[in-house]
Order: sequence, then structure tokens, then C-alpha cells
Amino acid sequence: MLSRVAENLYWFARYLERAENSARLISVNANLLLDLPPEYRPGWLPLIDITGSRHLFDASERRAEERDVVHFLISELDNPGSILASLRFARENARTLRDVLPNEVWEHLNELFMEIREELPASLNKRTRFKLLQKIIRGMQTLTGELEGTMSRNDAYTLMMLGRNLERADMTSRIVDVRSAQLVPAESAELTNFDTIQWVNLLKSLSGYQMYRLRERTRVSRAVALEFVLRDEHFPRACFFCLKEVGTFLRALPRSAAVMGSLAAACTFLSGADLEALDQPGLHEFIDLLQLHINEVHQGVARSFFPPRVAAEAQAQTQSASVEVRASRAAHLEDAPAR
Amino acid sequence: MSIDWTTYRASGFHDELIGPGGGARAAGRALIRHLSELGCAEIGVRQQAAELAIKVMGVTFTVYHEQGGSIDRAWPLDIIPRIISAKEWKRIAAGLKQRVAALNNFIDDVYHAQRIVKDGVFPLEIIASSRNFRPNCVGINPPQGIWAHICGTDLVRDKDGTVYVLEDNLRVPSGVSYMIENRQVVKRVLPELFEHSSILAVDDYPAALHEMLASLAPHRQGLPEIVVLTPGIYNSAYFEHSYLARQMGCELVEGRDLAVHEDDCVYMQTIHGWRRVDVIYRRIDDDFLDPESFRADSTLGIPGLMRAWAKGNVALANAPGAGVADDKLVYTYVPEMIRYYLDEDPILPNVPSWRCSQPQDLEHVLQNLQELVVKPVDGSGGYGMLMGPQSSQRERNQFASQLKAAPRNFIAQPVIMLSTVPTFVNERIEPRHVDLRPFILSGPSTYVTTGGLTRVALPEGSLVVNSSQGGGSKDTWIVATEN
Repeated sequence: MLSRVAENLYWFARYLERAENSARLISVNANLLLDLPPEYRPGWLPLIDITGSRHLFDASERRAEERDVVHFLISELDNPGSILASLRFARENARTLRDVLPNEVWEHLNELFMEIREELPASLNKRTRFKLLQKIIRGMQTLTGELEGTMSRNDAYTLMMLGRNLERADMTSRIVDVRSAQLVPAESAELTNFDTIQWVNLLKSLSGYQMYRLRERTRVSRAVALEFVLRDEHFPRACFFCLKEVGTFLRALPRSAAVMGSLAAACTFLSGADLEALDQPGLHEFIDLLQLHINEVHQGVARSFFPPRVAAEAQAQTQSASVEVRASRAAHLEDAPAR
Repeated sequence: MSIDWTTYRASGFHDELIGPGGGARAAGRALIRHLSELGCAEIGVRQQAAELAIKVMGVTFTVYHEQGGSIDRAWPLDIIPRIISAKEWKRIAAGLKQRVAALNNFIDDVYHAQRIVKDGVFPLEIIASSRNFRPNCVGINPPQGIWAHICGTDLVRDKDGTVYVLEDNLRVPSGVSYMIENRQVVKRVLPELFEHSSILAVDDYPAALHEMLASLAPHRQGLPEIVVLTPGIYNSAYFEHSYLARQMGCELVEGRDLAVHEDDCVYMQTIHGWRRVDVIYRRIDDDFLDPESFRADSTLGIPGLMRAWAKGNVALANAPGAGVADDKLVYTYVPEMIRYYLDEDPILPNVPSWRCSQPQDLEHVLQNLQELVVKPVDGSGGYGMLMGPQSSQRERNQFASQLKAAPRNFIAQPVIMLSTVPTFVNERIEPRHVDLRPFILSGPSTYVTTGGLTRVALPEGSLVVNSSQGGGSKDTWIVATEN
């Protein structure tokens, strides 16, 4: 497997996962807002911070109201973290991977991208939004299933699994972060009931409520829910599970010793924390640090398996190319939006 | 609602499907009958289905100057096929093999003894002044003595029915993937026709290409490592590069994936480390191939590649320097080459051409600019031409001064009234002009595609078939007829 192809596969999987999780993130926020009493609703701006796109948003002259924020997060192509941009980057990567990806995966992604792009303008209002987000989540799940069901377990598959699981661990932590940012006067008695409802919502947004129930059989509480989404070893969207998967797949690759070190550090950090003792600001800080660990693992993967950065790509176009397209290519080569 | 072919007007041209009396030609009889039964409305439905299939399959070509988010356009296909009888195709294929054999002899001769010059058949000045002649290829012996392994030759049919060779593309000809995908799509939307006719298959091309490339490998143990070298995703033919790599099960590499090491062998960078490469099907022009030998500012190429190739450590298809024969002035000598190297008469004629490099020809061209097509010798894609009959006096004056200043750079030809094929436009069937690009592979044996890529000029009366200028395409059927 070419190192360059390895990098494209890794990012292909990350962008697919990111599109799905961004849809989950927006859904959970919409639900939370509806459940909170009006005076405690913090609105949509926290999502901009959580996705690390504050500077872009401020530069875009959009306002901090629902319509603008949702538009920015779902369909704004100038925001490289938006769902549509993620899908486009996934598609651009897949285009360079047509010789390694199963044909139906490419055809399906291509079809899905065009459908979503067409439907978007009419689907951003409150009423139709849910259906669209649902469609995106389902579409990505179908693609995941197609990869799972038709692709040989070769190096290409391994690289995708690294990308998928690192992105998923990162995004699950961001989704938990929404929850901690949303809570206004921490744990006041009057909000306790809402609290439970909100943790249920969070679990549902990760499709984890049923699995949580099967495992815990107790009333949903902050501590147990946190334990589940961050540290469960069996739930596939839990951070710890994802990191464990990264380890399994890394073992199949050559020259992975250095990354293994960063991975072990991330796992130790995650399992060593006393979650119950963390208050809201503490949780926020913990998640920040966890994301730094995850980024360390990413950097290790990049150093071991990707080609060293080379700048010039300009001559690939023997004639003048659209500047916008080149810009988006450059964005895809950047790392995940940092906080 | 059936189709009334008596209103189909292709007068003044040779139509590939409808004869002069308004009846179907033998090889197209089943198709015309079927189209008549379907009627225009149903053909429209099938055409839409084809366009959708192309979109979903992601068959695209890239247009550079287009603004907006999308860098590629869906490949334009008209579902009504162009048909050639198997009998006629046999003769054309033989003509193509003959031609490419002569061209390969010529290129090898140019880089060695230049016998054809010494024998007075081909003028030395043309080689000396050729932009695509590569002095650093002189004396090199590529495997099997073949330089142009892959050739795309453009054919046109004039109003009297004669098939002419318009040009030979010996550098990095493209289009073959669309030929194969067109068939996939047409099989999906007109399946009934394939059940009852014997339409020869086209999809063995990737296997033939792979076999030819493998035959070039320097002798080592184990299976040869073959790669397709692309300039990258922004190249107009990227779809094809990726398609062929996929069909052959080869790595699709970019220049930055490859390096020439101290042993003068080529390696690619993989997650397991460096891996030796034996054969490179390169889709990058000579100029960009090796910054040490050609353009020093090229970031697409591989420094040292020419060194590795000259030592025989890696095979390149097509060989560097093969483009010397991809020059329209050289083209005018192909009939002479066939006689000189093969001692045969040309099976396929060239379009009659005037060589502006020769004073009496130049004089004739200048006198008759209004009737002629003037072409730059190293142009492609239909750019930089003068179409005499449609030109203004000002354009003709401009060309006249260009011709006088640099006569070596131009040839002139009469306007060929390209043949037509029924085409679905404006919800009805109208004649549109076509050409044909078959592909020829030269290795231990010579392979010719079954038919080729038919390109069609979609605007009424237009003779410009290039996809970058509004051209479409058609599936090409070679049909075995009884008798």
C-alpha cells in the first residue's frame, strides 16, 4: 500500500465519521434546547466552539442565531468542518481511492452526496432538519456496513479503521462536551429532572440508550452515563472502545511501536480519571486533555504511515484550475479542526 | 409513436446508419427497427436513465476553467450507438496495425541510424526542428524495440464513405475508459438489443493492456510490479487513470510516490517501506517526466527516471521520445513510412494534406485559405486551428502571417464532411457528425480495440467533436452481419 493512499484512506474514513457525528451533534443540541426551560437555553453558539470553528464563524458575518449557526454547521462549504464539506472531502478522497475501495461504496457515496446537496436548501428549517440529519446518519451507517461487508481485511481496511475510530473517539468526547457546556447553573435542585432527561438525550444521540439500559438497568445519572460513553469497553461509540480498536488495528501494521506508546498514554489517561469527582468545568478540561491525547495518536499514525508533507501540487493542472477547488484540497490535507 | 425516418435528413453526408435511400444500412437494421418501435418518448426515457447511471457510476471528465464547487462533469453519452460492420472493421483494424508498426519502426530509426533520412525518404530538417524529438533518447533500446506501446488514432469518414486517418496520438492518448463505460451504460438501458444481435464485446482492453505492460518488465523473479503514473486528481483524464489502474489491479501512483535510488532502480513508497517498480504506464508528458532530464521545475515527475529507463531497470510506456511521431507534419509522411519500412501499400489513407514547410504547398495554402483547415503540427484538443469556410477575412489574414513566419508549424487539409449518426437531441432524432478513436497496443503482438470511442458534435452542423468543446460520445458497435 502506497503511503499516500494510506493517508487518503485514513482521511476518507475520518470524514465519513465526522459527517455522521456532526449530524448527531446537531441533533442532540436541538433536543436539549427543547427540553430546557427557556431561561436556561444557551442557544447554538457552543456548537461553534465545540467544533473548533469560532474564528471562521466570526469571519463569516453570520449571526449567533439558530438559523445561521445550523446553516454554518450543516451546509456551509467555506466551513471545512460542516457536514457538507466533510462529505465533499470524503468524496474527493474516495475519488483518489477508486482502485482500492469497493465500487458500490464509491457509487453509493457519490449518489448520497449529490442527493444531500440537492435537498439541503429546502431542509434547513426546524421541521425538516431532523429528517435530513437522520438521513445523513443512516447513509453513513449504510456506507460503513458496505465497507464492512464487501472489503477484504487488508492494509487499506486497517487504515480506514484507524481513521474511523480516532475520529469517533474525538467526536464522542465533543458530544459529551456539548452536554457539559449546556448546563448553566450546575446541578441546581430545580434542574435535576431536566438533568436526567438530558443525559438520556445524549445517550440517544449516540444510539447508546438501549445499550446503556441493557448494561446498567438503573436510572440514568450523570456519573453512570459519563462512565458509559467515555469508558465502556463494549459500546462501539465509547471513547475507550474506540481507542482499544485503534490498538487492535495498529498491531496489524508494520512500524507501529511509536504510535502504540501514544495510544497507551491516551488509554491510561482515560481510565485513570475520577469521573465522578469532576464538576462541569473540570469535565470540560478533562475532555480538552483527552482530545490532545487523541491528537497525539493521530500525529503518530501520520509520522509512521503517511508520506512527508510536500507542497507543490500545482502542476497537476496543466491548465488553470479553480482556486476554490484547490483551497478545499488544501483544507482536506489539514488535520482535524483543532480546538 | 413510431419514428418516421423519411424526415431524417443527412443529405450531403455519409450517414453511418441510414443509407442514401432512407433505409437502414445492413449492420444497423436491427437497431433502426428497434428504435422505431420504441419511439421518441421511450428513447428519451432510456436516455435519461443512461444519464442517471453515468452520474451514479461517477463517470466524469474534468474541466479546468469551470467556476464553482464541482471540478468534474458527467460524461456526455448519446445512447444511440454508432455501428460498423465486422467486415469493414477487419480491414480498418488491419490498416491500424500496419500504421502503428510503421510508426514504431520510424521512431526507433529516428533515435538510431536514421536510415529513412539517409535514403532520402524523410527530410532531416523535420526531425531537427521537432519540438518532441528528445536528443537524450538517441541510442536507447527500449524492450522489443517498441516506443509507442499505446496509440490512439483518430479516424473520420468523408461524404463518399472513405475512412481517413486524421491523426495519430502517440503521447498519452485518452478516452479508452469511456469506450468501456459507454458499453456498460448502453447495456443497462438497451438490454433487449444485446440479446438478439451479435455485438462484439469491448471490455477485454484492460486485460490486453496489462498483458502488454507485463511483457515489458525487466527480467526479475516473481510477478512484475506495474504502476499507472498520473499527474493527479486535477488532470482532465484522472478518471481514466484511476479506472485503468483499478481494472488492471495496479497501483495508481503520483510522481511523489516514486523515487530512483542509488542503484538506478525505481521504488515506490509504501507503508511497508520502499518497493521496486518494473513497469510504469505513464500518463504524464515527457516534459514533466524527469526534472533532471526535461523541465527542471516539474514537481510531477521523478528525478533520475530517465537514467533508470536508459539502463533498462524500468520500462516506460509509452517510451520517452515517442512523441516525435506525434507531429502533424510527420503524420503526412506515414504513407511513405509504410512503403519504406514494411514494403506494403497503406490500407488506410491519410487525409490529403499540404505541408506548409514546402514552398509550393505553402503558396497553394495561402491562395486557398477559405477552403482549407489549417492546423498547428503539435496541437491537440481542436485548439489553434483555422476553419477556412467559417473564418473571417481578419482571421485569415492573421493565419497568413503566422504561416509565412513559421511554415514548419502548420499543415493544411481540405474540410472533411464528417459522417453522421442518428442522435437524440431536442426530443427527436437528428443527424450529428462523428469521428472515431480506436486504440492500438503494440507488444509481442498487436491488439486493436473492438471499435473505439465515437465522439459526436452535438450542436447542429458542428464538426467539432472534442469533449472540452461541447462534444458528446456514443457507444460503438462492431456487428457481425450475415453475408
